[in-house]
Amino acid sequence: MDCANCANKMEGAANKTPGVQKAVVNYMAQKMVVEFDEGADPKAVMPEVLKNCKKVEDDCEIYL
Amino acid sequence: MLRRILIAAALMIVLHFAVELLGEKVHEPIWFLLYLIPYYIVGNDILLKAWKGIRNGQVFDENFLMAVATIGAIAIALISRSGDYTEAIAVMLFYQVGELFQSYAVGKSRKNIGALMDIRPDYANIERDGALERVDPDEVSVGTVIVVQPGEKVPIDGTVIEGVSALDTSALTGESVPRTVHENDDVVSGCINLSGVLKLRTTKEFGESTAAKILDLVENATSRKAKSENFISRFARYYTPIVCYCALALAVLPPVVRLIGGSAANWGDWIYRALTFLVISCPCALVISIPLSFFAGIGGASHEGILVKGSNYLEALSKTKTVAFDKTGTMTHGVFEVNGIHHSSMENDKLLELAAHAEIASSHPIARSIQKAYLEGLTWQDDGEIAPKPADLALRKLDRSRVTELEEIGGHGIVAKIDGRTVAVGNAKLMEQLGVQYIDCHHVGTIVHMAIDGAYAGHILISDVVKPTAKEAIRALHDAGVARTVMLTGDAQKVGEAVASQLGIDEARCELLPADKVSAVEELLRSKPEGSILAFVGDGINDAPVLARADVGIAMGALGADAAIEAADVVLMDDDPKKIPLAIRIAKKCMRIVYENIWFAIGVKVLCLILGAFGIASMWLAIFADVGVMVIAVLNAIRALFTKHLHA
Repeated sequence: MDCANCANKMEGAANKTPGVQKAVVNYMAQKMVVEFDEGADPKAVMPEVLKNCKKVEDDCEIYL
Repeated sequence: MLRRILIAAALMIVLHFAVELLGEKVHEPIWFLLYLIPYYIVGNDILLKAWKGIRNGQVFDENFLMAVATIGAIAIALISRSGDYTEAIAVMLFYQVGELFQSYAVGKSRKNIGALMDIRPDYANIERDGALERVDPDEVSVGTVIVVQPGEKVPIDGTVIEGVSALDTSALTGESVPRTVHENDDVVSGCINLSGVLKLRTTKEFGESTAAKILDLVENATSRKAKSENFISRFARYYTPIVCYCALALAVLPPVVRLIGGSAANWGDWIYRALTFLVISCPCALVISIPLSFFAGIGGASHEGILVKGSNYLEALSKTKTVAFDKTGTMTHGVFEVNGIHHSSMENDKLLELAAHAEIASSHPIARSIQKAYLEGLTWQDDGEIAPKPADLALRKLDRSRVTELEEIGGHGIVAKIDGRTVAVGNAKLMEQLGVQYIDCHHVGTIVHMAIDGAYAGHILISDVVKPTAKEAIRALHDAGVARTVMLTGDAQKVGEAVASQLGIDEARCELLPADKVSAVEELLRSKPEGSILAFVGDGINDAPVLARADVGIAMGALGADAAIEAADVVLMDDDPKKIPLAIRIAKKCMRIVYENIWFAIGVKVLCLILGAFGIASMWLAIFADVGVMVIAVLNAIRALFTKHLHA
């Protein structure tokens, strides 16, 4: 994750994923904080988040 | 990346001279193909990303913009037969230089801040069979004995069970004077052991220890985004598409209008201007410099022992116009000390010696503070100046054999014979009972009168001691633009007002119960100027509800106090009130840099767009503007890291 604009785009993509209540990408700390909707299973939602992020930035990698 | 840039640049220059020398002898398509080599070397990843972006329906990103602009420029050169392919390659080249610089700068500042906050312990020493063994601090359970050698970091919070040493707490508090610890003292992780070997019994797990908590807090601080940061990401979202549509309009509309008007369309010229637009439309300088500024500001503040829990709080701090304080523990030490000796008929130290001996059997806090003042020397004088240490301090001790006929008169005081003289120590009632004419004190606090052999010998004033830097802190706050300072205290009106006027605080609200403090802050929130921020400073332990209610809650002296770190938005690691104005100054500097970057970057972009539209700015200028603005904005952002000159 080298570009701040890409970070913004990833944030947008993660936020659109169903099951995600709020995602914040912290560009400087290279972290993404994801809050899930109530009842959503993080294990099921995270691969979707990753998929959506890959769509905007194909070279992004997410370490859980 | 650097190698790709250098190779492409070298090839481009060689080709440029080759064209000059043998331009006519070689056919045009060969030049074109040769020029494609450096273009591909420097730009292949951009082209690939642009293509993937289009496939994923994410059209407007900077890769796409750069790809379209440069391919467009090559196409124009090809069609117009000008043979000027250098421009497209140069644009791509400079764009990549910019990207390289940006990732270098960001990486560097990440590392810088990491070094500033170098409190992460790598290992803990455990003694096993007489030998020290290094283990991962994560694996050390509560109650384990660990050994910290000189030069090592304290890995886990604990209590000293053996050894004396000086600790360097500067990475946590910004305070450069080492702290001495003895047996039974609590030690927080992240300090560096300077002199002796310490054995600690851990009181917390690594993850719950101060160092781990602070690191977590600082690293996640930039996740809470400030308004200006959100503004920029929203801006970037609209800016790029708008400029792209403008570019399209610029490429199509004027030529069409000219055609209708009957003149030549000049397609090439207008398309070139549109491509220049595309180069300028990249929002990178803005998007990178704003979070970088906040990151640097928060990092610089942490280095001073000021933890800001989010960019939003940094932004709020910079707008602080009203500051409310708690008194005890914030502006004062919260411990009772001998704060003055008045009307003494003998040397102050002699009087103190007699009083300390008369109180020798007492464990009352007042008695203790008199004994402490005698044994350790007076710390403060009336005017708040530091008193010089008495020369005979080492010789002082309490000697029971000097005290005879000790009689405690309940609710009044003590009468005893010391060295054969009758010493009476107590309140005004005792003096009245003894028939001694006493002089009342106009100071606030507990007054201990003394009579020796039936004659009045003066009184000792015992009160909560105002922190030595408190007065300066209030003045610095006013200098930093705070319009109103209010002290909230549970103390009596007389005490509160006296402290407030001594420190130069504008108002004192006294005799407040904890719940009253919340309503006082609410009232202040209602009466504060529009758009300004109210900060409340407390010790973080009793003041949690007030800290939460204020716009910005600042907790003091939080080193080792978890509750304070949880409750507050800004945490001052040590209990120096001067950190409050320092925090505001750091915040103001950071916000000034943020706004400088916003205006500078948007200003230059808009200027270049206008120049580009009128055909004055070439694509060269556009890319220089883009990369140059980014470099300047990033360098400016890094300035937020430096805080030295902000000390009052």
